[in-house]
Amino acid sequence: MKVLNEMNLNFLSKSTNESYARSAVSSFFIQLDPTIDELSDIKTAVSEAVTNCIVHGYRNTMGKVFITARILEGNEVYIKIRDKGCGIADVNQAMEPMFTTAKEEERAGLGFAVMQTFMDKLKVTSKVGVGTTIIMTKKLSPRIKNA
Amino acid sequence: MVNIVIKDDELTANLIGEIDHHTSVSIREVIDKQIQTAMPKMTILDFSKVTFMDSSGIGLVMGRYKLMQSIDGSLKVTGMSNHIKRVMMLAGLSKLVIIE
Repeated sequence: MKVLNEMNLNFLSKSTNESYARSAVSSFFIQLDPTIDELSDIKTAVSEAVTNCIVHGYRNTMGKVFITARILEGNEVYIKIRDKGCGIADVNQAMEPMFTTAKEEERAGLGFAVMQTFMDKLKVTSKVGVGTTIIMTKKLSPRIKNA
Repeated sequence: MVNIVIKDDELTANLIGEIDHHTSVSIREVIDKQIQTAMPKMTILDFSKVTFMDSSGIGLVMGRYKLMQSIDGSLKVTGMSNHIKRVMMLAGLSKLVIIE
């Protein structure tokens, strides 16, 4: 798929950056003239992914979160979010709704469920001790361009 | 951010702004402290001034639901936008709490 535009972002895994990350990514996609609902979906999915990097990937440590956001041909958004944290031993188990390893922090275990529901596609790759990469895509509704 | 109003047996927590993993920590601390002091029969979480919420909001509701249960009270959730409702529905929260 042809890449029409791209931006890259990296920041420290501090929870204060969750708000910055979802705002920056959603601002980048404003040029596609998304609906308010589409933008909320993207913001929420990014927030979940970044929170996973901070809460799980870099649990009790500090590292960097890397985001690549792309606009693909055909009004499609592509978001890659990566950490070099602890990794996930069993990705399928981690993706099960309500599964969480952070119950005491009141994590509902629905981060991946939100990403799956609010985006079209979600791919998770992870290696213990190396880190986790998630790629999400979503096709936005066609917009009528004003001449 | 959260503003608490206590009237008779009812505690209303007016949630304001964005609810995520970062902000939910201090929000729940404030609410829990007030619940433990006032021991209300009913706690209302009002989301009408919430501009963004991810799944951290689900933890916020579930945690307060458990706390209210432990003091034989109930929990009501009001003022949710369609987007917030969509997030909440993923957890099937309508089975646990009163949603208005």
